Amino acid sequence: MSAYEAIILTIITASTPLLLAAIGELVVERSGVLNLGIEGMMVMGAVTGFAASYVTGSPWLGVLAAVLAGVATSMLFGLLTQTLMTNQVATGLAITLLGLGLSGLIGSGFVGLPGVKLTSVSITGLTDLPYVGRLVFDQDPLVYLSVILTLGVAYILKHTRVGLIIRAVGQNHHSAHALGYRVVTVRYACIAFGGATSGLAGAYLSLVYTPQWIENMTAGRGWIALALVVFSTWLPARLAAGAYLFGGVWILGLYAQGMGIGIPAQLLSSLPYVATILALVIISTNRRLSVINTPASLGQGFVPDR
Amino acid sequence: MLNKSNNNARPVLLQVKDISKKFGDFYANDTVNLAIETGKVHALLGENGAGKSTLVKMMYGALQPTAGRVYWQGKPVSIASPAHARELGIGMVFQHFSLFEALTVAENISLALPQSLRQGDLSQRIANLSQDYGLPLNPDALVADLSVGERQRIEIVRCLLQQPKLLIMDEPTAVLTPQEAQGLFSTLRRLVKEGCAVLYISHRLEEVKQICHDATILRHGKLVAQVDPQVETAATLAQLMVGASVHQVSRDANGQMGDVLLSLSHLKQVASTPFGVDLVNVSLEVKSGEILAIAGVAGNGQSELFSVISGEECNPSQDYIALLGHVCDGLNINQRRRLGAAFVAEERMGHGAVEHLSLTENILLSRHACNDTESSLNLGWLGIDRHQLSQLNETISAEYDVRKSTQDATAGSLSGGNLQKFVVGRELNRKPQVLVINQPTWGVDAGAAALIRQAVIDLSRQGSAILIISQDLDEIFELADSIAVMSRGQLSSTYAAEDLSREQIGLMMAGSHEQTDRATGA
Repeated sequence: MSAYEAIILTIITASTPLLLAAIGELVVERSGVLNLGIEGMMVMGAVTGFAASYVTGSPWLGVLAAVLAGVATSMLFGLLTQTLMTNQVATGLAITLLGLGLSGLIGSGFVGLPGVKLTSVSITGLTDLPYVGRLVFDQDPLVYLSVILTLGVAYILKHTRVGLIIRAVGQNHHSAHALGYRVVTVRYACIAFGGATSGLAGAYLSLVYTPQWIENMTAGRGWIALALVVFSTWLPARLAAGAYLFGGVWILGLYAQGMGIGIPAQLLSSLPYVATILALVIISTNRRLSVINTPASLGQGFVPDR
Repeated sequence: MLNKSNNNARPVLLQVKDISKKFGDFYANDTVNLAIETGKVHALLGENGAGKSTLVKMMYGALQPTAGRVYWQGKPVSIASPAHARELGIGMVFQHFSLFEALTVAENISLALPQSLRQGDLSQRIANLSQDYGLPLNPDALVADLSVGERQRIEIVRCLLQQPKLLIMDEPTAVLTPQEAQGLFSTLRRLVKEGCAVLYISHRLEEVKQICHDATILRHGKLVAQVDPQVETAATLAQLMVGASVHQVSRDANGQMGDVLLSLSHLKQVASTPFGVDLVNVSLEVKSGEILAIAGVAGNGQSELFSVISGEECNPSQDYIALLGHVCDGLNINQRRRLGAAFVAEERMGHGAVEHLSLTENILLSRHACNDTESSLNLGWLGIDRHQLSQLNETISAEYDVRKSTQDATAGSLSGGNLQKFVVGRELNRKPQVLVINQPTWGVDAGAAALIRQAVIDLSRQGSAILIISQDLDEIFELADSIAVMSRGQLSSTYAAEDLSREQIGLMMAGSHEQTDRATGA
């Protein structure tokens, strides 16, 4: 494996959890819900995924468990904000705190244990292609899934009726309700999807990235995912570009540090944030496009008229 | 010409019998009866809060009646949801369009159509049908880019695509120019000829006389009369709606106009939001004792103009605006107030008043920095002069007939008309030399509207200069000494009110006065 292949592979590995968590949140926000609990759902996915795969020995059961844990945590958020009408911002923060604490409790017995790694899927015959073979056709299954999910979300939002309904609910929930769409049901479904992908992102961390359980191992990735969604102006293609840019600059910074380039480490580790923000700010200078894609009822609870 | 058909009994399409709707202890509708016949335009009349919307929402399945029965083509039905209503053949054009701004025309229409009607090339069918009925629409245009009249066309086309048997229209002409309204009427006449029934909600009585065959009048949730609008006069209809004869606003001829107190010269302003309107070369002058009204369809730059004049947006580098001789482009609202100006914004809730604050607190908000109370309301370290505030509140409430549950109720607990009287009263109580007021009686019942208009006239006759922005032509003719018309950010020259007809104003609303031809493409 050449050095450039190694770098690109680590970039993909670093970017995938961000992309997974962010693409779910993008759908949630398009439906008009602001879920700040990504970090909490991710870390619940990470610990549950690790525990389930350690106990059963199957990484796939771990992935499944992580998805279920993410959905379960998101449904707690859904119940509080959609049915009990609590404030979405406060509830999201509470979910993050709850997830970090609860995962520490659940995971206390698993700290330092060897994990089960989800193995890569090689597509026979294609991995030998020059330059791109190993990069494109020798990845772990969650990387493929993250790409498929992103393309799927982009297609569904733009070209299908389901996507149209999600956008309508996020744009103007009163009108959607008046037309007979079930605003709260649509939002529950989107929140569940966001929970599932956050769970997946957590599983990626504890089953692929570093196959072990470390407390708080999400290390703020949920917040980065959240920022990516906003800066991408709610467009999946930009979101993917932002996630890979972030991962790219991050890894290049690590390599630069490793090679002993005389830039302070703190500055290097802040680079991905600065670069992503700059890039996305430039992309989103088209204000008209941003305003059109912004879900107008983002963060507002829906209470139908009497 | 419609009189003949009035006497012919047609098959009843939709009938409600003894229908009631209770919210808590309050009856929004109390045993109302109504029968709509096929091939007729049926008017539903009433003041704000008379229960028209509640009744219509029950017919459209958006609300469920507390008691009473509904018959559709003679059979009892219970209309469970708007989707069910559409299945039966009931279409509705809402007053506040339930459109999604960031979606295209075709997407908006698609959202409201049942599965069976979404097959095939929807865009093509929209284009065809809208051409056919003289309601031109581009299916791929973004709703945010369309005028209010065009938005209404979307709603109508979306109803027509479902070939409704009954079309419900809630105040459809409130946002149209007179010419656009005539266009709508010919569409309605054609629909009726094709056998469709129309339930037409309005408080514009001339219109009702023009196109409606039957009329049902509600007051305080109760049915008060079912009449033939062709026989009644506008005055008798108004009397039935209000329950007493409406106070006529009196305006004596204005002989004495004085100095120019407010002037704008060639004001230019680029819109600050993507969907805002640029102001192009706006000039006007308002003299002492004069009421100048700016007519125009909403969304043509009126709110932008208001925020520039009021100082919500200030431009220290410009010198377009002069208030009582002072250039004031760079002054903020309070500085302009101290010069002697007062402003009444369009949205009374959220802009003119804060919902959860009490009336005295709302008085404090707009007047703490004015120097026209007996002594300052703001006592510095000592806090606020609550005593003077509550006196002010009492004076304003008494003078402007503000009805409220408690002496110092929250702004949110007042009805729309009472809150508007309060907000207007709060500003007029200052006896400002210049008053700028945007949509003074929007959504206000006839009684409150008459009181507000009279107060504005009285103020001008004491020598104040008054600028009114309104889309209600009746109101403009009732109040204005001179009129200018706004369209797409441009203001026409000013004309004396008696020199203008409605038709001329309508043409100017549509842009006949505009100087440069700014292409309308998307």
